[in-house]
Amino acid sequence: MKLSNLLSEKRPAILERWFDVVLETYPADTKNFLQKQNNQFANPVGHTIHQGMESILNGLLSGSDLQEFSTPLDNIIRIRAVQDIAASQAVAFILSLKKLIREELEKSQRMDSFIKELSLLEDKIDTLVLMSFDIYMQCREKIYDLKANETKRLTYRLLQRANLVCEVEEPGPQQND
Amino acid sequence: MAKFSAKPKDLAKIRYTPPKTEWTETPVEFREHMFCHSAKPKDLETVGFPYGRAWSAKDDDWKLPDNWEQIILQGMKDLLGKYRSFQLFMDICVRCGACADKCHFFIGSGDPKNMPVLRAELLRSVYRGNFTLAGKILRKLAGARDLTVGVLKEWWYYFYQCTECRRCSVFCPYGIDTAEITMMGRELMNMIGLQLGWIGGPVAACYMKGNHLGLEPHTIKSSIEFFLDDIETLTGIKIEPSFNRKGAEILFVTPSGDLFANPGTYTAMGYLMLFHELGLDYTWSTYASEGGNFGFFTSNEMAKRLNSKIYAEAKRLGVKWILGGECGHMWRVLSQYMDTWNGPADFMEVPKSPITGTVFDNAKSMKMVHIAEFTADLIKHNKLKLDKSRNDHLNVTFHDSCNTSRGMGLLEEPRYIINNVCNHFHEMPENTIREKTFCCGSGTGLNASENMELRMRGGFPRANAVKYVHERYGVNLLANVCAIDRATLSASMDYWVPGVGVAGVHELVGNALIMKGEKERTQDMRLEPLPEKEGSENV
Ligand code: SF4
Ligand code: SF4
Repeated sequence: MKLSNLLSEKRPAILERWFDVVLETYPADTKNFLQKQNNQFANPVGHTIHQGMESILNGLLSGSDLQEFSTPLDNIIRIRAVQDIAASQAVAFILSLKKLIREELEKSQRMDSFIKELSLLEDKIDTLVLMSFDIYMQCREKIYDLKANETKRLTYRLLQRANLVCEVEEPGPQQND
Repeated sequence: MAKFSAKPKDLAKIRYTPPKTEWTETPVEFREHMFCHSAKPKDLETVGFPYGRAWSAKDDDWKLPDNWEQIILQGMKDLLGKYRSFQLFMDICVRCGACADKCHFFIGSGDPKNMPVLRAELLRSVYRGNFTLAGKILRKLAGARDLTVGVLKEWWYYFYQCTECRRCSVFCPYGIDTAEITMMGRELMNMIGLQLGWIGGPVAACYMKGNHLGLEPHTIKSSIEFFLDDIETLTGIKIEPSFNRKGAEILFVTPSGDLFANPGTYTAMGYLMLFHELGLDYTWSTYASEGGNFGFFTSNEMAKRLNSKIYAEAKRLGVKWILGGECGHMWRVLSQYMDTWNGPADFMEVPKSPITGTVFDNAKSMKMVHIAEFTADLIKHNKLKLDKSRNDHLNVTFHDSCNTSRGMGLLEEPRYIINNVCNHFHEMPENTIREKTFCCGSGTGLNASENMELRMRGGFPRANAVKYVHERYGVNLLANVCAIDRATLSASMDYWVPGVGVAGVHELVGNALIMKGEKERTQDMRLEPLPEKEGSENV
């Protein structure tokens, strides 16, 4: 049996426990809401995070390419980047997946036979953490960008009147990009 | 340095749960990007607001007046006596929780103090402690609190994390309107000089110059002249609007933001084109040059003072009625307060469209009509020639502004217009539109730039619904009838749903409007090339 097969069987349980790790970072009342409100528009945070985690877990178990993870990671981190938590906390949930997976393996008492596969999977999880840090930084930088762009938009005609607007060519897409 | 000795298995046990202290005992922490700058002393002085001083929310010492508690408690007593609704809202909440998860700031931030019921409780606990017998005797048991500097800081933080959108009130079985509680909270804080710069500045400018940006008459004129040049480039038609013209039939008042801020400027161009095409006998005013009213975010009295210029200017010019541009809070103030504050405006007539003959009975007393009502009526009577296909590059959804939807019930008209000027329109999900619409996240003077993180939190529920129609139907334009939305949703889309633009409804009207004698349009209102029209041979 392959590791991914074993884990796939446990997938729903792992996902719920993993989601719980994120929920634990919120106050109790909020946790309750994020967990119980099923409407995706009434509870966009809970829904987006849960859905993103599900895609990530599925991707890991089915051996998806790394780029497949960027959308779900972005969806989650973009939210966490504007909530009251430290950068480390915003991405910490990804690391916790390692622990959850190890716990499952311990339960099955077959840790040894999977050790090689497990280390590959854990490497991938580490890479996801690094990707998440990049996304987090991009989101935070975006906040500054938004401020600058907004100021420009708000005063556009005033600048135009004062002849301060000049046409700037947008840089074209980089080659090999 | 201490050695790091945790073993991996211990690391796995780290709990990330925040400290579980009672909400009443968790102090607020002011972080950058989460709060607004404070008002400049000179702006407060200009309008006679007290206790202007240099201070910042981050400072330990807010330099409060010595008797600040007394001022607030006396103020609270006065407001309770003046507004029955305030007294009622303090007394009747049963803490059923129906409102708790309806606020965009709670949904986006996960901070329980953004639950409307808790937001109200910030004030209510002090009310209980000082104005009810049970609170005075039972104190904490009855949910009562003393008014301390910590409590005041909490008020400031959380009453400036409420956009007075009234979404929570839609769900409250008792109709408790937390927006009004926030208004009271802000009015009280105003009594001791705790106001936002982004509110205080526009209020002072509006008081002195008639508009939030402090633009003088010649600046307003020359700004509109810029639009006229662009319109000429676009259509080949030279438009000559009038300013401050006595004897015009209609006075047109719109938020000043649309004269300067993109993308609102394109909406203003749409107005100019429409009025020209109709040959409307109307005038702009460089004095009543602001439809918006940031005074509304400070105190009832200030809002009334700033509003008074609208009827005064209508009287001076001798117009028959007033037409108002696309805005949100402007309309809440106009349709719910203007007549009572500064009316009766019986020197004017009941508004009647000179083009269709429709009498706007809904504005019988106020004498002011929303442009969406006016234009929808024109379309209904077939008075406009429209080429919808000029908006074919746009796949549109509509954001109901809190104030026009919940504040005045303007739900159908903008949709009717959009459907008549665009071929591609998709609604967002039912629980995010119309009366249940989600706020842009930046209304009531919270559209400063320094609080961008807060704005992104509050804007997420709206953006999430936009993202859904963007992914599902390819929506690429978020239309609305509010000047603040046009500014704030642009930032929100930029963060949450890149690829979706923002526009006023009358920008879309301007695109579609076939004007007499116009040249073939090759550009849209933004002077960007119109893409080839699909399936059309004669373009
Ligand atoms: S819904 Fe109304 S009664 Fe219920 S907790 Fe909220 S404000 Fe109080
Ligand atoms: S009025 Fe709007 S922002 Fe204020 S508490 Fe209610 S839902 Fe939240």
